[in-house]
Amino acid sequence: MDKGSLASALGSASVFGQSQFAFTRGNAFEARVKADGGAELLRLVHDGLDRGAEPPAEATVHLPDLSATGPEGRAARTSLALREATGAAGAWTLLDHPMLALEVAGSPAFLEPDAVVVHPDGSWTVVEIKSFPMLDGSADPAKVGAAARQAAVYVLALERVAARLDPAPRVRHRVLLVCPKDFSNLPTASAVDVRKQRAVTGRQLARLTRVEEIADALPEGVCFSPEQSAEELAAAVEAVPATYAPECLSACELAFHCRARSREAGAVTCLGRPVRAELGGLSTVEDVLAAARGEAGDPDDPAVAALRRAAGLRAEALAAAGGVTGCH
Amino acid sequence: MSLITTLARLEAVHTGRAQPAATVRHRHLSDRPLVFVPLTTAGEAGAPLGALVGTDRDAPHLLAVPQPRDRDLRFAFLAELADIVLPYVEAYAESVEAAERTETDPETGKRVKVEVDLCADAAQLVVPSRAGVDFVRLLGRSMRFRRTAEQDPETPHPAPPRVPLLGRWLTHYGERARVPGSSLLLAVTDLLGRHWATGQSTLEDQHLGALLAWIAPDGAEGATGAEAARRAELARDGDGQLLCPPAGPATDPAFDNKLLAPAIERYDRARTALAAAEDGLEADERLGALTAAEREIRALVESRTRPTWDAVWRGLDLLRELPEGAHAEERWTRDRWSFTSHRDRVLAGEPPQPRRDDAVTAANKLATREREQARLEAQEALDDPLVMAGRRLAGEAFAGEVVDVVMAYSESKRPSPRPLVTVRTDDRPYLGERVKVYRSLGGKPQTAEFVGAASSDDAPEDGTLVLRITDRMGRGKEPEAGSVPEKGDLVCFTLFEHEPRGGAKLPDPEQTPWTHGGPPGEAASVPEAADAQTEEDVL
Repeated sequence: MDKGSLASALGSASVFGQSQFAFTRGNAFEARVKADGGAELLRLVHDGLDRGAEPPAEATVHLPDLSATGPEGRAARTSLALREATGAAGAWTLLDHPMLALEVAGSPAFLEPDAVVVHPDGSWTVVEIKSFPMLDGSADPAKVGAAARQAAVYVLALERVAARLDPAPRVRHRVLLVCPKDFSNLPTASAVDVRKQRAVTGRQLARLTRVEEIADALPEGVCFSPEQSAEELAAAVEAVPATYAPECLSACELAFHCRARSREAGAVTCLGRPVRAELGGLSTVEDVLAAARGEAGDPDDPAVAALRRAAGLRAEALAAAGGVTGCH
Repeated sequence: MSLITTLARLEAVHTGRAQPAATVRHRHLSDRPLVFVPLTTAGEAGAPLGALVGTDRDAPHLLAVPQPRDRDLRFAFLAELADIVLPYVEAYAESVEAAERTETDPETGKRVKVEVDLCADAAQLVVPSRAGVDFVRLLGRSMRFRRTAEQDPETPHPAPPRVPLLGRWLTHYGERARVPGSSLLLAVTDLLGRHWATGQSTLEDQHLGALLAWIAPDGAEGATGAEAARRAELARDGDGQLLCPPAGPATDPAFDNKLLAPAIERYDRARTALAAAEDGLEADERLGALTAAEREIRALVESRTRPTWDAVWRGLDLLRELPEGAHAEERWTRDRWSFTSHRDRVLAGEPPQPRRDDAVTAANKLATREREQARLEAQEALDDPLVMAGRRLAGEAFAGEVVDVVMAYSESKRPSPRPLVTVRTDDRPYLGERVKVYRSLGGKPQTAEFVGAASSDDAPEDGTLVLRITDRMGRGKEPEAGSVPEKGDLVCFTLFEHEPRGGAKLPDPEQTPWTHGGPPGEAASVPEAADAQTEEDVL
């Protein structure tokens, strides 16, 4: 489903988009890293992860052709290439834009890592090429975190492929993150341990409600076509439960729609998840304010008692500031 | 976020207007700050697209890079920026006053007072958002290792003369911005977010337009903060451009793709055409086309930065309406010391700040930040009853009325006054026996210790505390007048110290222990090399 056009039809267009400058620069950098049959990329893998192995400059390097029709075909081609490469011990193999399949919530999703490298010892490494700079050896932690989460999904998908081989090859849990060095266009790389992200993603994938179950829970005849009227669409979207939190704004096209619904309902989570945790059983703005004013709520409830004290102290402080400042 | 701030946010949701989160201004604002609104090119590191900069809100300097990937144009931008920022900074660096500083005498090892220069005021830089602070740091890093033709005649791409110096100053400002409570480099979103609570999350508060919409919505009368903020975030004109452009330095992708990219392409074409011109007449004509293309890009840059520029000044206006907190001036003096010491390093001809700090410098910076954080928290509470209310709610302070004072003395040879003060309070501080509490007495902290809860018949309810005052009563047997609270006084004691102490002094860099890499040795005395440059830098 195209959530972007759905959001536009709902009147809450998303704000996502990529500047063509960033796009061009990212592509140019990736092409540079993979130039000369991946010589530079394999050198970085050797230096960063596998210094014990024979340097790729002196060893045999395979660059299998992965083109095929359709994502299923490409995924099958990738599995085949991976098997062949693992069998051919002692050589380096670079898979440029392989296609991997991973089951998400009961339906297959296709993933395309920037590259996967098969080491001479038969182990596999995910390579992620990003265009944000590594300045003096460190990069923006938020961006590195996002790249690590992305790579962890690829590691999980590769492990599914590996499990089907006998003996199952090792998928390395340290991925290689390749970024431009400082302000130049030269690549530099850093090994990133994604064990934690892999475990978290694996757990989340296992817990996801299957798509069929969500679909079964929907009323008969619900349709998400953007051609419907905004009211019909809004009703359809309403049928799928969603829990909005401000973090959604940076991840989901429908976030502005959900935010509007959540604000209408007066949910306190609009102000952030920690706020919700602080207020105990009170979940709407009106409930909280009524409790704070002493109009509602059980005074023995610690959350209500704390709110009343907070409201009293706040009023006292504001009154004090209006007159003579200070409480000493 | 304390429950009091949460409550303020909920009230903001309810009323549709931001609510006060502070009753005084906790940061110093210069009378003449330098406002800097930069834009950067998407996907590139340290490739500025343009900026508005200046101290006059009605006449900002507009700088633009018509082709951000061209190194020469980038240098021209940085040189122009240096010509605006450095004279501003240097004007402050020149005006000094005498001050005293305690230093360790290298010969005797004693602590002695020395007379030194302290800049009478410091240059203050204001950017729209936290991303702007990071960009100042990044610009500083990109410039400070550049070599000018004078420093190194061999360098293939010499930087304009004053650019490395600007890099060092911007690096210093970026570094200082990481010290809690400092005001050399300020982000308006941080300032506004500190003083007002909006009805949206702190994440959404990072959008300057949305934040201002909650605090002081302009235009549409009667619109709630949420509606005005949504308009600032999402409203687009017929061309698909945001009405309130992002505060930068990143630009909106729709602007990049629809307006900027075609304009840059026209500029590139005009430049190629000019280079290929065969005679003077043709060149003149094509130069005209090139100038027009350049002017178009300048107009685009101005159209995206001017709304932010105006918003920054509006934000400053709002902040100036608040009276300055009592301790803000003291923290600003620390900023002046920081400014002066950087000026001295530059004057002494020291090399630019290294890429990585050595162990001692890094530990010192960390210790400073921790100490300043504690100081900031204490001073904000003392300056502002609303902040103090949060500490009282958290059990870290209490206020109440003195109900009884009993004179008592210490059991030493020379008995000193140790009066027992009974305070009735509704607060619930976390007090254990002999826990020290502090109150402000004429700007200095007075210490007392907790004796216990009162259990006399006339004060049966809990919330009556007995404290023993232990200092600041003078040298005599009788306490000095006004140094002991009297019955009926309203007092406020805190459980945290007012002037937090730093940790133990760290060794000199030459004494770095082997656990932290040992003394810097020879390697440190070699100046850091400039960044490697490749032909691909010009993409």
